[in-house]
Amino acid sequence: MHRVRGLAPLALLLALAACEKRKAAEDTVASAAASGPAAGAQILIGHVASLTGNEATFGDSTDKGIRLAVDEQNARGGIKGRQLAVKTYDDQGKQEEASLVTTRLVVDDKVSVLLGEVASKRSLAMAPIADQYQVPMVTPSSTNPKVTKDGDKVRPYVFRVCYLDPFQGAAMARFARDTLKLKRVAVLRDVGNDYSVGLADFFLSKFKELGGEIVDDQSYKAGDSDFKAQLTAIKRKKPEAIFVPGYYTEVALIARQTRELGLTVPLMGGDGWESSKLFEIARGALEGSYFSNHYSPDDSGPRIVEFVKKFQARYGGVPDSMAALGYDAARVAMEAMARARDLSGPAIRDAIAATKGFAGVTGVITLDAEHNAVKPLVVLKIEGNAGKYVATVQPD
Amino acid sequence: MSDALVELLQHLVNGLSVGTIYALIALGYTMVYGVLKLINFAHGDVYMVGAYAGFYLADLLTPGGRAAGDGAAGAMLRALVVTAGAMAICGLLGYLIERLAYRPLRGQARITSLITAIGVSFLLEYGFQLQPWGFMPIPFPPGPSPRFFPELVRRADWSLGGVSISNYDVIGLAVALALMLGLQFVVFRTRFGTAMRAVSFDPQVAGLMGIPVNRIISWTFVLGSALAAAAAILNAVPRPQINPLFGLMPGLKAFVAAVLGGIGSVPGAMVGGLVLGLAEEFVAAYTLSSLKDAIAFTVLILVLLFRPEGLFGRVTVEKV
Repeated sequence: MHRVRGLAPLALLLALAACEKRKAAEDTVASAAASGPAAGAQILIGHVASLTGNEATFGDSTDKGIRLAVDEQNARGGIKGRQLAVKTYDDQGKQEEASLVTTRLVVDDKVSVLLGEVASKRSLAMAPIADQYQVPMVTPSSTNPKVTKDGDKVRPYVFRVCYLDPFQGAAMARFARDTLKLKRVAVLRDVGNDYSVGLADFFLSKFKELGGEIVDDQSYKAGDSDFKAQLTAIKRKKPEAIFVPGYYTEVALIARQTRELGLTVPLMGGDGWESSKLFEIARGALEGSYFSNHYSPDDSGPRIVEFVKKFQARYGGVPDSMAALGYDAARVAMEAMARARDLSGPAIRDAIAATKGFAGVTGVITLDAEHNAVKPLVVLKIEGNAGKYVATVQPD
Repeated sequence: MSDALVELLQHLVNGLSVGTIYALIALGYTMVYGVLKLINFAHGDVYMVGAYAGFYLADLLTPGGRAAGDGAAGAMLRALVVTAGAMAICGLLGYLIERLAYRPLRGQARITSLITAIGVSFLLEYGFQLQPWGFMPIPFPPGPSPRFFPELVRRADWSLGGVSISNYDVIGLAVALALMLGLQFVVFRTRFGTAMRAVSFDPQVAGLMGIPVNRIISWTFVLGSALAAAAAILNAVPRPQINPLFGLMPGLKAFVAAVLGGIGSVPGAMVGGLVLGLAEEFVAAYTLSSLKDAIAFTVLILVLLFRPEGLFGRVTVEKV
């Protein structure tokens, strides 16, 4: 009894302290939303990225693209006479870490705009925070439809500059059915990943609609290292291709085990394959496979050639589509900030929502009422450990 | 052979290949439990450390990742050195964990040791996710990004009537069986094994009979941890992705395997591991592949409900 009584004042003290802290946080939110950062100071852009973890190249490439765009803007004199700075936090490819660092960027660093994530799963963790604190968020490459939505409503502060999975899934289904003339395809999806599940569903329904047959629908979980149970079952069904809409690390391991089981059919996938690591891990197992992507660095379009040249001059190496989308996302956000009446969250939000006909590296970006960009995609075929351009699919 | 039979045999091969890994890890759980009545939850992470130890050793032996010359004998020797080295490093780690974390708590309630084990597990998992320290000669700790284990021995795939078997599967099974038989020999045919069983039976009385209880317990940890390292190498060569959290699931599943076989029983751990590997494979193959991980824990619940002593809990009266 004595001990309990001794603890009571302490508990009261803690509760009070917690109240104080929350009040302080609310104050900062209110002031950030009302006026934005103090005039004259640098404008901060927050970037949440997977710089380490299973999808490390996603975060790394995107960050390079963003920094390239921001430095160019600074060289042109910044925005409203103020210089910009990028603050990047690593989420290690973890959902909980993504929401943690997003809150930190918004509450502690008071960024004007949030950029990120690549993975839809982690953008979904960021989106409610952007809405709650009224800080506009532009995701460069999260393709899952749910990212900009809160149930049936559109999330007011969340935007994206890439196409969506219903389009990507349908485009790959049409490519498999009409161009490759495939009839029997198996699906192997990552059940713990919103992106993978969504893309698999969109592919599957379109492929069936076009008269194809889905001979098997298997699943795995990110972090698995053995896929042979699923692949053996798939092999028995004799598919002509396997659709694997996952992220590059697992896809490459799946490809190796597919070949180890003596299954030689091509694999197909989406933009989650986009990484130089894909080839390094797969060691040739993906030759002859196809995936959809946001752009091809081999494209001879003047904007792409110029971007590739600038990127190579600064970093060496060819920019992948995550870098190109990071560059575009940062430029869309900065262009909106320049147009906005002031640098408060709601003002920037309105400016981003009004983005029309913006000439990005990955295509012309016009944000629709649902905060999505409608853009074409490219299909690449893997030859000699590189994605070779095959076709462009225009949105309907 | 008919397609269905080929598929069945292929699943059998796959399941055994995964099952041997579970079995080797389960041996460590079961030995420590037999002697101390402690579930060493850090054991899965010792397995993870084993994989990294092998990774760094292979890297030091052949800088750049490519096998030098790639001669069959040279590659075999390198594989042996890497495996033995990783086993030695993990043995030392097992000794240190026991000496520093568990021994000071030996007189306390059992729950204290159990919670400490979870603490050690977190320490290893999150310690390994830190960014590399600059002063280390190797990039250690490895950080959260996955690493890819080098091919220690060149892979060869054979197709036997449509069933794919690789030299890794064969080597893995052979090494695992040899290690298990070796362990069985140590436990039942050596003075050390006799002492181990005596400590397991009653540590206090064993101590009174002049058995150095502390040393026996230390060696039990060393042996179990070395087996985990062997399991890690056998797993990481054919399935090359390693990361600081990858010991978590195999650790839990090996624990289930140990319970299934009858925790404390060496043959039980082997059979439990193989049964669990096969069960996972067949459930994933013939029902829903998303149930793959669920099956292990369903097995755990069923065993605890209907046969808490496990498959071998009664058959073998002697416990490790």
